[in-house]
Amino acid sequence: MPMKIGTGEFKERVDKGIHNSFMRGAVAGAQERLRTRRLEAAEELGNWEEWRALGEEIRKHTLENLDYYLWQLSENVAKRGGHVFFAQTAEEANEYIRDVVVKKNAKKIVKSKSMVTEEINLNPVLEAAGCEVIETDLGEYILQIDDHDPPSHIVAPALHKNKEQIRDVFKAKLNYKKTENPEELALHARHTLRQAYLTADVGITGCNFAIAESGSITLVTNEGNADLVTALPKTQITVMGMERIVPTFEEMEVLVSLLTRSAVGQKLTSYITVLTGPRDQGDVDGPEEFHLVIVDNGRSNILGTEFQSVLQCIRCAACVNVCPVYRHIGGHSYGSIYSGPIGAVLSPLLGGYDDYKELPYASTLCAACTEACPVKIPLHELLHKHRQVIVEREGKAPISEKLAMKAFGLGAASSALYKLGSKLAPSAMNPFTVNNRISNGPGPLKAWTEIREFPAPGKERFRDWFHNRQKGDHQS
Amino acid sequence: MKVTLFVTCLVDLFHTNVGKATVELLERLGCEIEFPEAQTCCGQPAYNSGYVKEAKEAMKHMIRTFEHAEYIVTPSGSCATMFKEYPHIFKGDPEWEPRAKALADKTYELTQFIVDVLKIENVGAKLKGRATYHTSCHMTRLLGVKDAPMKLLKNVDGLEFVPLPNSHNCCGFGGTFSVKMGPISEQMVDEKIHHIEEVNADYLIGADCGCLMNIGGRIERQGKPIKVMHIAEVLNSR
Repeated sequence: MPMKIGTGEFKERVDKGIHNSFMRGAVAGAQERLRTRRLEAAEELGNWEEWRALGEEIRKHTLENLDYYLWQLSENVAKRGGHVFFAQTAEEANEYIRDVVVKKNAKKIVKSKSMVTEEINLNPVLEAAGCEVIETDLGEYILQIDDHDPPSHIVAPALHKNKEQIRDVFKAKLNYKKTENPEELALHARHTLRQAYLTADVGITGCNFAIAESGSITLVTNEGNADLVTALPKTQITVMGMERIVPTFEEMEVLVSLLTRSAVGQKLTSYITVLTGPRDQGDVDGPEEFHLVIVDNGRSNILGTEFQSVLQCIRCAACVNVCPVYRHIGGHSYGSIYSGPIGAVLSPLLGGYDDYKELPYASTLCAACTEACPVKIPLHELLHKHRQVIVEREGKAPISEKLAMKAFGLGAASSALYKLGSKLAPSAMNPFTVNNRISNGPGPLKAWTEIREFPAPGKERFRDWFHNRQKGDHQS
Repeated sequence: MKVTLFVTCLVDLFHTNVGKATVELLERLGCEIEFPEAQTCCGQPAYNSGYVKEAKEAMKHMIRTFEHAEYIVTPSGSCATMFKEYPHIFKGDPEWEPRAKALADKTYELTQFIVDVLKIENVGAKLKGRATYHTSCHMTRLLGVKDAPMKLLKNVDGLEFVPLPNSHNCCGFGGTFSVKMGPISEQMVDEKIHHIEEVNADYLIGADCGCLMNIGGRIERQGKPIKVMHIAEVLNSR
């Protein structure tokens, strides 16, 4: 799956999302649950704002010293017998991973959940090399067997599907005979996946946090699938975005605590696994060979810009779970594997404005995302910055909007023009006004009045009333 | 106490009753109202659309217009938030940053001013009926004014207050969002109205004319029997 998903224009995708009542029901339900749980978990921990401030400080510090920590990480991985590869592009990363897999003569690969491998579109490369690739995160597994349906949420990739739909996919693809009971569905998947772990040649994982001081990687799951992916196959390849790193175990602990609470409202997930290099003497399990692939793919271009704070993201999806726009259009409308507010900020940076120019406008700037973010990324401000870049640097704004805003600038900066304009407004609107209401407005009002009434500007503005009243006061 | 009224362009042109209610209310609470006629718009429509240069021209004009004021009071959480953002927008500008900061420091949203500055929680208003309140996003999240409207509404004689389910979700206004992303905005406002109906409210009260224009305009289009009122009008009801 590349970063870009779906077909059609943004408007068409949104239209499809809005008319998908299954998806909308599932998303609204999940949002309520996850939001409530997150707030309860934060409350239970106490001093949430201080924890957020600490999370932000850790992420900011790490990004400001990213070169140092990446160097430290790679030194420590190498010391423990692991291999490190810095990939500047998706192609470089895929090529390296394919070479490892081919060298190992691997036929079967198990993967635990990883957004960055979706971003670089790894699976088709491995399949082209003759490998069977099996996703082991239940959500990802469901999507994979459903003809590679794209993820619609960064934490819960199959959020857009309800249990009945999942049952139907299992029936069609896995010869499943039972009901939509989630336990029966999960049991069926577990049986299939257990066999895959035991027979896989290579395990590929993502990375929640790499720890620079020890060369370790941290994986956070509720299914334990990452543990099996890393414990059983002889070769392990971990793929990480270059910013997914912390200096020491101490910072990892803080961020994991913020991540699990923000993502699913849990104090800790069922499994939090820290792995350091390949199997050591005396270890009972673990891979014989370990590769860490550190992916740039556009990230270093964000460093040092006004968008740097987006790299603070720890992929908890708290912003997605509170977004009122995501709520109604779902993840696929974004056209990117990164959806919701974080996706609307990140996708244009990694994938360019040509494909993602609408996303910064798919927000009311209500700031629910900013309020929810556990590492204090000012998401709504970054969406606003994108708009500014689109207008000022990219020149991609429509001409009519440019002219309207130019006129606004002139009118709002001059009281004489403002007064004249507002004085003339009622007669200009007169042809469209019935009973002090505009129901079918011209120009920009058209879109408004397609769904709502618009109040006609009154003949007496507030300022006229106030002025006359003051005059009256003076006369009396 | 002398209060300089920033009435906002929406109130000046479309919702004059909100302006009138604000003036009458504040006068009754002992304030002397001044209205600088040079005022226009806070610049938010251009700013939020990414036209920062154009917005800054409007902002400079507003800073000049309100520079003399002791207290600036506005019946809009969103426009008050915009004034509060000015120092951030003019950051690093040796001339305008300090002037923007001075402006921001003396700006208050109406209910915030009544509760925090005038120290009044009961304005002696009367309104009979069942009402719910829309917490507008900029006012609650960015300006941080959450309790003041509730305190004031609690003391309105005859008003039965019911909380609005899912009040944290935006109503779908978002300035130009409401027209640029019409179909999404429609879903958002419809969900908001669904929740208002769910609690059988006679009145929907809010403190931002943008949100109220959106929710009210949709309610009116659908012909639903819910009356939309700005909090200034409620507090001025007797």
